[in-house]
This record gives sequence, structure tokens and C-alpha cells, in this order.
Amino acid sequence: MSVKYSNEHEWIRVEGDVGTVGISQYAQEQLGDVVFVDVPQAGRKIAKGESVAVVESVKAASDIYTPASGEVTEGNAALADAPGDINADPMGKGWIFKVKLADPADLDGLMDQAAYDEFVKSLS
Amino acid sequence: MRYLPLTDADRREMLSVIGARSVDELFRDVPPSARLGAKVAGLPDHLGELEVERAFQAYAAKNVSPSVAPFFIGAGAYRHHVPSTVDYMIQRGEFLTSYTPYQPEVTQGTLQYLFEFQTQVTMLTGMEVANASMYDGSTGAAEAVLMANRVTRRHKALISGGLHPHYRSIIQTTAHWEGYQAAIGKADVEGLEDLIAGIDKETSCVVVQNPSFFGHVRDFGKLADACHAAGALLIVVVTEIVSLGLLKPPGEMGADIVVCEGQSIGNGLGFGGPYVGLFATREKYMRQMPGRLCGETVDADGKRGFVLTLSTREQHIRREKATSNICTNAGLCALAFTVHLTLLGEAGFKRLAEINHAKASTLADRLASVPGVQVANDSFFNEFTVRLAKPAAPVIEALAAKRILAGVPVSRLLPDDPSVADLLLLAATETATDDGMDALVAGLKEVL
Amino acid sequence: MDRSQGRTGGIVSGGNPAPATFTGNRALQIEEPLIFEMGQPGRCGVDLPEPPPTRNDRLNGLRRLGEIGLPGLSEPQVVQHYTRLSQKNYAIDMGVYPLGSCTMKHNPRINEKVARFAGIGDLHPLQPVSTVQGALELIDRLAHWLKTLTGMPAVAMSPAAGAHGEMCGMMAIAAALEAKGERAQRRTVLAPESAHGTNPATAAALGFTVKPIPANEAGRVDLGALKAALGPDVAAIMLTNPNTCGLFESEIVEISSAVHAAGAYFYCDGANFNAIVGRVRPGDLGVDCMHINLHKTFSTPHGGGGPGAGPVVLSAALAPYAPYPWIVKNGDSWTIAEDGARVDGQPLGRLKAFHGQMGMFTRALAYIMSHGADGLKQASEDAVLSANYVMAALKDVMTPAFDGPCMHEALFDDGFLKDTGVSTLDFAKAMIDEGYHPMTMYFPLVVHGAMLIEPTESQAKEDLDLFIGALRSLAERATSGKAAEDFKAAPRFAPRRRLDETLAARKPVLRWRPSNSFKQAAE
Repeated sequence: MSVKYSNEHEWIRVEGDVGTVGISQYAQEQLGDVVFVDVPQAGRKIAKGESVAVVESVKAASDIYTPASGEVTEGNAALADAPGDINADPMGKGWIFKVKLADPADLDGLMDQAAYDEFVKSLS
Repeated sequence: MRYLPLTDADRREMLSVIGARSVDELFRDVPPSARLGAKVAGLPDHLGELEVERAFQAYAAKNVSPSVAPFFIGAGAYRHHVPSTVDYMIQRGEFLTSYTPYQPEVTQGTLQYLFEFQTQVTMLTGMEVANASMYDGSTGAAEAVLMANRVTRRHKALISGGLHPHYRSIIQTTAHWEGYQAAIGKADVEGLEDLIAGIDKETSCVVVQNPSFFGHVRDFGKLADACHAAGALLIVVVTEIVSLGLLKPPGEMGADIVVCEGQSIGNGLGFGGPYVGLFATREKYMRQMPGRLCGETVDADGKRGFVLTLSTREQHIRREKATSNICTNAGLCALAFTVHLTLLGEAGFKRLAEINHAKASTLADRLASVPGVQVANDSFFNEFTVRLAKPAAPVIEALAAKRILAGVPVSRLLPDDPSVADLLLLAATETATDDGMDALVAGLKEVL
Repeated sequence: MDRSQGRTGGIVSGGNPAPATFTGNRALQIEEPLIFEMGQPGRCGVDLPEPPPTRNDRLNGLRRLGEIGLPGLSEPQVVQHYTRLSQKNYAIDMGVYPLGSCTMKHNPRINEKVARFAGIGDLHPLQPVSTVQGALELIDRLAHWLKTLTGMPAVAMSPAAGAHGEMCGMMAIAAALEAKGERAQRRTVLAPESAHGTNPATAAALGFTVKPIPANEAGRVDLGALKAALGPDVAAIMLTNPNTCGLFESEIVEISSAVHAAGAYFYCDGANFNAIVGRVRPGDLGVDCMHINLHKTFSTPHGGGGPGAGPVVLSAALAPYAPYPWIVKNGDSWTIAEDGARVDGQPLGRLKAFHGQMGMFTRALAYIMSHGADGLKQASEDAVLSANYVMAALKDVMTPAFDGPCMHEALFDDGFLKDTGVSTLDFAKAMIDEGYHPMTMYFPLVVHGAMLIEPTESQAKEDLDLFIGALRSLAERATSGKAAEDFKAAPRFAPRRRLDETLAARKPVLRWRPSNSFKQAAE
């Protein structure tokens, strides 16, 4: 399935009933060098819009809001040693957590790539 | 006025550059109803340095300086000898009149001593990481409970009856207003309380003090195990940091957070402040710590340097989500601590602790022979509790009238507990003399 | 007579770039290892006697067995080490320290002297009260000055710093609400977007929800937005005045009236009280409580980040909720009302061990007495005059954030740096090479690329003129469009170039360890 975006600059890519969540290229540029990521533990129940992770640069901390409800199946443990993956590869190695979706309809209000590109353009 | 460099001619010239006719124009945003025409009424005008000195000499003359009286007071603040070098160093203007080191290129002096300070604190406490100081031990203890609540996501603290009553009181205040429970143990005069029985699945932390407020020295290894089995943290408070020259450090007992009052090293009694809080924990809880942290890095030329780091925990970035609202801490008192401890070194610090323990042991033995005095402790470092044959508060006043500063009546700190009325807390540091002990023993024999 | 006789050469300017030195030192800039890299076993910087002989120890079997790891240094080594470190710091004693909001004014040494008098600096806080009458009188005297200067009836002396004072004041408000049975209902605290970070941190710690209030175009609280936000759920507003943009809140009386009409309290952050001492009493503005940073307004030294002191003045409505302890005068003598004292009120509890930051009280009182009522007023006026002078002298080359006169600090945005490739940070770092500490930057958050300059009353006009000249030169270079690389490389002449904060945060090294001894040492 293709990637969808929230207006808080999170992305979610769904395979089967599991969504992988991270932050967008635009968001990582705004943050600057990421120095620490607080990822959620597997098993945690999360609700759409809830702050479930924190991405920190030297001078800023950004809450990451889950774009969908469900149960966390995995947090990206590799970010502990390599938080810079979020800068280098935000849509790939820089993923933050995986969530087993409670309700696929959560994704309905999200933007597709084209809409998100427009949204980012409107911000500058 | 000697502190104000601007002359009237300067002021006129500056006003003309600004384009204002008078200073009053610059205050035009102040509502007319709140503008003071003249000076604030009822306050005197400026004084020369000589007059100011005389005024403070007059205040000083109405006090009894510990330097002229036999002195045995402790209870969370201890009289030690501070080498002259310490006071000289902290009065260097480059340290004294510098701000928080937010601009690391021009504050490496402050940053490097903070890094040294943090390292010394981890060594003394046996912990992995330490911050760049808290206001003092008492406020640090309350911050430690809040941190344990964050780490465990629980909201119930269990407080030892051996914790300093002021510390306990601050924890009670924060518990009430910041919304958690604090179960307070009864005054643990004999050093026998069992806290393990009080731990349950809701407990975020257990707070103990070593040596306790009453002076007892205990091993908290089993308590640490019980805390960890229940998913709670063990917080160990040390109000007399010199004790760690002689005692097993809290880190080796399994403590998760250690909070110390650092006043004894480098900082005078100063009637209660400013002092310096030491705050140390395990590396895994580093990001939940309150306060500033100094870390090592490199500059653009690859040279080692130091910066304040992990600032995203702090109020100036995280605002309402900060780990604490603390901003200013005790920087200069931390410098005094680190200079004094560096002068002492391994050998000096351990010997200082040995001397303290020996002096207190001597005092305990001498007091035990005074009729009407019973030493309550089987163990102690440099402070212990005695039970008198009559209420301690008037005894202390009677001795003060003889210019003997003999200790703290426990009732002053626990006014609502009638069981402690006869208890007196005494400390003997390296500053205690044989003559002073003679005077105390003779004085007690007279007033008891 | 040949006056050049004996000289081996003249003074040569120019030449090749400075060669590396053997030591890595550059004249007065000495590279300094950590104490842990300097020590030798067997050295000690104090001489202590042998412990007196006693019978067995009474340590309950808990004797420390291992090494602590502290290094051994002699006294001269310690003196040299910390002296060298001190020379890597900028300080008020060295020149203009224009750090806005921090008030880096002159720190007189008489204050240090009196704080160390025997009978003041060496008193134990729990000495019998009869033996510390002068100390209590001193605190009471300072309290009198603070109450009179602010026009407030009560003061809580024990908070240890500004943020601690905020906690005290907001707890007093929570206590007053609790006494009225309104604490559960009033859960919101309003704070301007420009507030110090401590304000929302304090309110949140007490369980309040923080609601930001926007500023208007003049940099003041938007009164309309404030009134719209006020309601039965609001506990208090936390407002700095003069505000963090260096401006007096001209509608302050309307603000406090609206807040009180809504049943809420007015907490004033007193960080900028130094601009108005002797000219405005916060009590006349409807303030319910305000902390006073003795280390800002009354010049107790900042000491590299503390200690401070944050007494809180309280209105009659909040006075009954002040924390323990406080000083009580009975005829000619003083006592301390400590925990459990029976009083007409409901103290909020204790916030700090003992009686507050006495060392700071002594210094602040010495400062206040030295200035007197006349000097304090003059100091405020000179601080405001100097800030306006700096603003006026720079407004054609830098961009003031707001029109009109400022109070004690001049706020600029980064508009003048637009499209130059030079950021506020670069501009500030270039000031270091000119011999100045940077101004406060990126605060307040409401102004883009903010630069907040607070010259204070302590600088002579000729020193302000040199400072202004340096900033004008930097602004002109920055806007020439050719100097971006130069600015990015600044500072070049400080003890260190720019430091890698990303590395520090990604791999935190918070202490020295024998094993991670810095790689340079091994090379």
C-alpha cells in the first residue's frame, strides 16, 4: 500500500494490518540533527492522535502523534544507537514504530503523497 | 553613586540621541495611576561602603558566632573547615560574575568544573551519572520523588521516619500540590523501622537517609532488592557528604537515585543557604533527571570541550513538559565543593571522614558518662542522638546562655511528636576540640 | 645614544599564520587537563592530623572498602588549575555582558565581604534563636525593603531561585483556591506566548493546564484575547512585567482588573523588576504575587548559574498561604515560625530546608543599602536609558522588533539578516571575537531570530559607544552579502571554536572515566 501522511508530518505505510510510522522528509529538515528518539514499547495500546514517541534535536523536542489506533508491535530499537537514521533516511531506516491497526478507517482522513506535497508547499 | 557610571552630561546626550526630552518619557507606557512621582517613601538614601560595613557589623554583633563558642550542631548542616583556597577561587570574578554557560566558547571554565563536579559526585555516591547541581539536598529530595514517579508511572512514595524532617516536609508539600501520595514513617529514633513491609505494587519509590536524621548507619541492600522486585525505585538521601569518605556508598547498596546535601564540602554554614544539592542516578534514567547536565564534546577544530547537553528535558525548551521547572541552580557552590574536594583528594577526604568519626565517637563516650544522658545510637558517623533526663529545648537554651551551642533539640524539627521531647541531636566534626567537649560536659552536668 | 642597542629585532606585523605551539597553548590561553588526568597518589592539598585513637568504629559494618577514585593534587596545582579554567570564562567583571532577561549588572565586592563576616556567614541555621537575633533582624530588614519597594504587604523569603519562587507563588494561589473550594474547578493558567519557560513548567507541575495568550502587534498581551480566555475555569494569569520583549504592559491595570473580575489571580514574574524599582510598585498594578530574583534585580552574583534567591511578595489575599518558615517580631526580639506554627492561615507547607538563601539576603541588603531609595531609582532609570540608547543607536542597521521606547532591554529580530546567509546565532558568535558575550538569542520565542540586549545601568557611556560601534560594524559586514562564511566560522579567538552539540547529545559523556579518557590524551 502507498504511504499516507498526517498534517503533523507523520507518515504511515500499511502492510496487511500493520502500519509502520515515521516522520516525513520535511519534518526531519525542520528538526535538524536528531539526537534522541523515545520509541514506544511493544504491547502498548495507543489511540489515534495520542503522543506516543518523542523525537529530539539539540534544541527542540517534538511529540509524535500516532495517525492510527491499535497496539504497538515494535519500536525501532536501532534508533537508540543511530538517531541520525531519521535525518538520513526518514522514510526507510528511520521508521519509529509499528502498530497493529485497530480500525483501518483511521487512515481515511490522511493525505496521499500528492496532497501532502501540496500541504508542505503551502507552509513555506 | 559609586556604582553608576553615567554622568548627567552623559544622560542628556543619550536622551538627545534617543530623541526624548526626559527619562520620564521612556516610562510613558506606565499607567499614570501607577507612576511614582518621587522616591518610594519611608526608605533611606544611599550609603558609603564604610557605613554599610558598620551596619552589618552591628547585625553580626547580635549573633553568637560558632567560631567563639563550643559547637555541636548538625541536623543537616555541618561545620567544617574550608581551606582558604576555596574561597579565593570562588571569588575570582571570572567565576563569580559569569552567567550560566549557555555560550560554551566563552564559558569553558565553568563547564569544565561542572564536568569535574559531576564526575566527583558519581564517584562519591557510587552512581553512574550526576547533574550539575540542585538548589540543595532538601529540594533535590523532592525532585527525586517526582523523577521516580515519572520513571515508574506510579504516584505513591514511601518516606522513612529517618529522613530529615525538613526534607520530609518538602516532599509532603509537593505531594499535596503536585498530586501524589506520600506515606510518612514514624520518627525512627532507634533505627529499627521496617520499610519493606510497606512496599506494594503502587509504590513508586522508597526514600531513606543514611546516616539517618538520628544518626544511624544502615545497609539498604535488602530494601533495594525489595524495591526492585516491586518495580519501585530506592532513593537514598545523604545530608552529611563527608560520611561517604568512610561509608559504603549508596550505589553499592542498590540505590536508583542518590541525593546529597553537599554543603559540608567547600560551603560554610551561612545560616542555612545557599548550599548545593548533589543528584545522581543510573544511566538508564538519565533522561528523566531534573536540572542541567554538562557533557563532553569537540569543537570545530577537534579540540575537547564541554557543553550543557540533553537540554530538551529542561523548561526553556520543553516548557510545560519539562522534567522540572528548575533553572538557576547552585553553580558557585558546586565550584566551592569541587575545589575543596580536589584539595582533599582520595587520601584527604578519607582522612577527614576518619577524623569526624573519631571525634564523634569520643564525644559519645564522654556524654555517656554524664548522669541523665543516654546515647540512643548503636551506630553513627559524626552525629548521634541522646536522650536526656528532661526536655531538650530548655536545656539547649540554658547552655546557649553559657555560650555553648550544644546541638538541636529534636522537638524543634518535630514539634507535633511528644515522644521526641527529651531527644538531643549532636554532631562533632574535625572542628570540635577537647576544650569544647570539656565545656559541653561540664555545662550539661550543671543544667541537667 | 643608540636606543635600539641590545634589541635583536623590531616589532613585525603581518607574517605567516601563527604556527602551532609545542604545548598547544596560545600565550595566556592555557590548555588544561581534567583533575582526573593530573593527580598522583600520595599528593594532597590539605594537611590533616592523624585521627585520634578510638575504640572500634561504630559504622555497623558498613565501612567503604574500595577506592573512591579521587585524584591527589597539591595546593599549588589546584590553584593553577582553577585559575587557568577561570581564564576561559567571560564575566561581568570583564565588560559588557548584554544578556537580555538575565540582568548582568555590576556585582559589588562589599556584598561579598559582609556576607562572610563572622557572626553572619558562619551561623548555623538551627542555633538557638536567642543566638541569631541579628540574623533574623537582617532578614526582616530586607523583607521590609522588598515589601516597601513593591507595595505589597507580605513576603515569603525561603524560595531558592526565581523558578522556586514561581512554585511558591503558584502554590499559594492553589492554596487560596482550595480554601475557597474552587481548586477543582479552576484548572487553567493563562500565560503569554512570550513567557519564560519556567512559567508553563511551574503551572504544569501543579496540575494546571497552560493556555497561551497571543501578543498584539505592539508586543503586549492582546487584551481582547485575554478577556475571551477568562472564565470560571481560570486559576491565574502568569505575566512578566516589564515583559520578555522588554516592554511595559501598558494595559496592565485593565488586565489585572479583568483577571480579578473573573475570580482569578495575577502572578507576576518579577524577572524584570530591575527596570522599574523606585518608579513603579507592582502592588499598584493589581499584582497578587511576584517573585523577585535577588540575583538579577539586587545583584547577587550569578556565579556561573547560581545560587540565586527568589523571595515572593504576596497580596493580603494570598499572605495567609505563605510557606513555612517566616520571621516574627515580638517587641525587640525576633523568632522564627517554623513547621507546625499555629497561625491564622493555612500555610502551604515547607519548600526548602532551613530559612532560605541567607547568603543572598545579606548581599542583596548590602546592595540595597548602598544604593538607597535614591540610587535604586537612578539605577532603574539608567538601565532603561541605556537600553533605549542602544536601541536608538542601532535601529538604522538592525531591526527593532517593536516601535516605541523599550524598558531595560532592546529587542531586535533577524529581519536585517534576511538573505545574508548569516543567522542570529552566527551574528551572536561573531560578537565573541569582538570581545563581548553574546546577547540573549532566540528568546522570546514570539520574535523571529530574536536578539535581546540588556546593557544594564553598569556600563559607562564610552563603553556603550564602543559596543554599539562593534555591533554596527558586524551588522554592516553581515549585510554586505560577502561575509557569511566568516560569520559561520566565528568565533575564532575564543578558547574554543563552536562546539559540536549534536555529538554531545547523541553520545552523552557526562563524566570522566579512566577508560574513556579523551582520545587526545592517548595520542
